[in-house]
Amino acid sequence: MTTTPRISRRSFIIGTAAVGGGLALGLRLPFGPEVVRAADGSPEINAWVVIRPDDTVVIRVARSEMGQGTITGLAQLVAEELECNWSKVTYEYPTPGQNIKRKRVWGSFSTGGSRGIRTSHDYVRQGGAAARMMLVQAAANQWGVPAAECSAANSIVTHGPTGRTVTYGGVAEAAAKLRAPDPKSITLKDPKSWKVAGRSVKRLDTADKLTGKQVYGFDLKLPGMLNAAIRDCPVFGGKLKSFNAAKVARMKGVKKVVRVGDSAVAVVADTWWHAKTALDALPVVWDEGENAKVSSATIAAMLKAGLDAEQAFVGNQAGNAKSAIASAPSKIEAVYSYPFLNHACMEPMNATARYTPDKCEVWVPTQDGEASFAALQEASGLPADKCEVYKINLGGGFGRRGAFQDYVTQAVQIAKQMPGTPVKLLWSREEDMLHGHYHPIMQCKLTGAFDAGNNLTALHVRLSGQSILAAVRPHIVEKEKGRDPLTFQGLATSGEHAFGYTFPNLMIDHAMRNTHVPPGFWRGVNINQNCIFMECFMDELADAAGQDPLEFRRRFMAKHPRNLGVLNAVAERIGWGKPAPKGIYRGLAQMKAFNSYVAAAAEISVEDRSKVKIHRIVAATDPGYAVNPAQIERQVAGSFVYGLSALFYQENTVKNGRIVEQNFDTFNSMRIAQMPKVESIIMPTGGTVWGGIGEPTICVAAPAVLNAFYRATNRRIRSFPLKNHGIVLV
Amino acid sequence: MVKLTINGKSHQIDVESNTPLLWVLREQVGLTGTKYGCGIAQCGACTVHLDGKAVRSCAIPVSAAAGKRITTIEGLATGAVLHKVQQAWLDHDVPQCGYCQTGMIMAVAALLAEKPRPTDADINASITNICRCGTFQQVREAIHAAAKA
Repeated sequence: MTTTPRISRRSFIIGTAAVGGGLALGLRLPFGPEVVRAADGSPEINAWVVIRPDDTVVIRVARSEMGQGTITGLAQLVAEELECNWSKVTYEYPTPGQNIKRKRVWGSFSTGGSRGIRTSHDYVRQGGAAARMMLVQAAANQWGVPAAECSAANSIVTHGPTGRTVTYGGVAEAAAKLRAPDPKSITLKDPKSWKVAGRSVKRLDTADKLTGKQVYGFDLKLPGMLNAAIRDCPVFGGKLKSFNAAKVARMKGVKKVVRVGDSAVAVVADTWWHAKTALDALPVVWDEGENAKVSSATIAAMLKAGLDAEQAFVGNQAGNAKSAIASAPSKIEAVYSYPFLNHACMEPMNATARYTPDKCEVWVPTQDGEASFAALQEASGLPADKCEVYKINLGGGFGRRGAFQDYVTQAVQIAKQMPGTPVKLLWSREEDMLHGHYHPIMQCKLTGAFDAGNNLTALHVRLSGQSILAAVRPHIVEKEKGRDPLTFQGLATSGEHAFGYTFPNLMIDHAMRNTHVPPGFWRGVNINQNCIFMECFMDELADAAGQDPLEFRRRFMAKHPRNLGVLNAVAERIGWGKPAPKGIYRGLAQMKAFNSYVAAAAEISVEDRSKVKIHRIVAATDPGYAVNPAQIERQVAGSFVYGLSALFYQENTVKNGRIVEQNFDTFNSMRIAQMPKVESIIMPTGGTVWGGIGEPTICVAAPAVLNAFYRATNRRIRSFPLKNHGIVLV
Repeated sequence: MVKLTINGKSHQIDVESNTPLLWVLREQVGLTGTKYGCGIAQCGACTVHLDGKAVRSCAIPVSAAAGKRITTIEGLATGAVLHKVQQAWLDHDVPQCGYCQTGMIMAVAALLAEKPRPTDADINASITNICRCGTFQQVREAIHAAAKA
């Protein structure tokens, strides 16, 4: 019997939330006389910092790098406080198993919600500062001088009065034996004095991506490993009834055909191509169930009914919008809709598992190593001390690889049927497209009321559609008495997604209409649709009021100075109010998201009322603090590619209960030819709260372009993607 | 048995002749720098050179590559010296997740071999790889830099 508690997926989620930002606990862990060592024997100064004898600094970070630059940014923050030589910095991931054994010293592994830097900057900086203090103390001890007479810079400790020096590598062993300083004695640097953080240093993880050397989950090779191809019931919620393994048993390379859970079947073979070829030939009978009757049309009808439903959850309100609208002399109304979207990471979902009754291990590209661990543990049935997860590089994440670990569960379920043999499960693109956790589908009816003087007096925003949290974090919805607070991202009363306008009478509410298509966190999450609804309708309201869209917005932004700051910045840079070049039309949008304030201004031209060329988008971000401006620029431009690909090309439709689009031929993505020139304005204004970077700007590109499109064509498009209206991006 | 010349080395490979070149490179030869993204020649993650021309290896049966010079990302550099496209990618910090970048680099290397100083229009016409992270702005900068190198 073991005494190690089983860790459920739910306790992980709750634990993760409860830990929040404060991890001083870990730093206080006494290491005693025993030096903790990295795999290569180098001493660990503390959980964050390992120093090799050659002065290489290994910075350990729990958040996952998936292209967004988090590893480099967090390493900059540790290095800043550590006062080490940046050119000798490298990084590694601790494993979730190590984190559990060490009382979660590294904090949360969850890398989503643009939280990588903004919710761990404090404890990683503390970690760097604590390590620096220990290194200085070790040098002072060696020289028999007070630590206060010593200083540290560029990985060298200097004794001021005598000028003696020693490198970090020279005192690392001694420093590792010291007790960690009291966190209360640690003073972090003023960001104004940063030397490594705040600068556009190069990423730490580029070289291997250029030569094919970088190993992604898809590329992993283990001795004796077999490969699995899988097919899950194409109708969500359906079951696997039967399959005829004998039909494919003699096909080349096939080792085994296995049932996976209650809805999937996998072929295990020597190579993945053999596994996939046999899977394609495998006769399978599904029990598709009731969901097979659902289609995009039935879902749309259900959502439409929600637009006028009596019951709805309130997200934000002021005054009495209902009566103000009822008594208004004039009003305008518009209905928008936003589709399901697959994440379509370039690297399809995958995981490699090896199971024996004594140990279960998974190698997986994951945005949350601890969520992977929880899925592994649940599927293996083993106690935590017999489980381990090794994080492998991700070929994109965008929210698909965090909360959802279905591929880990499957890989373990397969490996359990072949004890001792490592099995690499790879999803085909088609499997990936059919079994996503999709951007939620949403409709929205907006009603604006005007008085006789054409002043806006009330606004009602009625959302109708899917709740992510009801499916993924039901305990939160339960606590909120059925309401999903996340639905109101960008429209909320306060907090990291606070609404950026003040209206005399306001009602923003949500008629929750859930579908059998599983929803998920898709880069930007609910700001994608909320910003389109709100910011396009603001232009509609401005037109109805006969006012300039920028001037109109400003009237309601007096209490939102940081929103106004970014909006003014993009307006000024794009030349708002001055004549545009011939044939060029402009649009604007703004929002607060993930604690950053963002705005965009687009310049487009349109031929034949349908061929759109986006010439330029100016984007402003106020994230409080900017750790690596070059990486912020890349995230902003990248978010536009992701968001505008969706706006123009992408939707997942449903027929007979299953997703129709199976590959990039029907779920297209922007290419370099369509890429607009993106100009980023990074305008951090400090404060106590740090904002996110990976997601916020995604939401402002689409409404800025749509508003410009209306100026160019007088066509107000309210359902997406634009391809459904014959509009193409050129 | 198929005889292939990959990165200057010849290989005798026991594989069904209709297997896509991509999977032979990855699973039989062990060169995993060439990526799978779609399997239908849409995304370009699997781009390699056949006799110097960029092709999408997921949609080419291995038999069609026999007797041709195959170059993969692993064979693009000369020893420790990066190809000028790889060097420009390093200088401009191009990759984000990096998964599509090996295919992107191979497509660009083939373009520059054919058109040493490509215009933006040339780039738009010939570089059609999908990148979901959205690195295109840096890709374009790095192509022009490599062309000047």
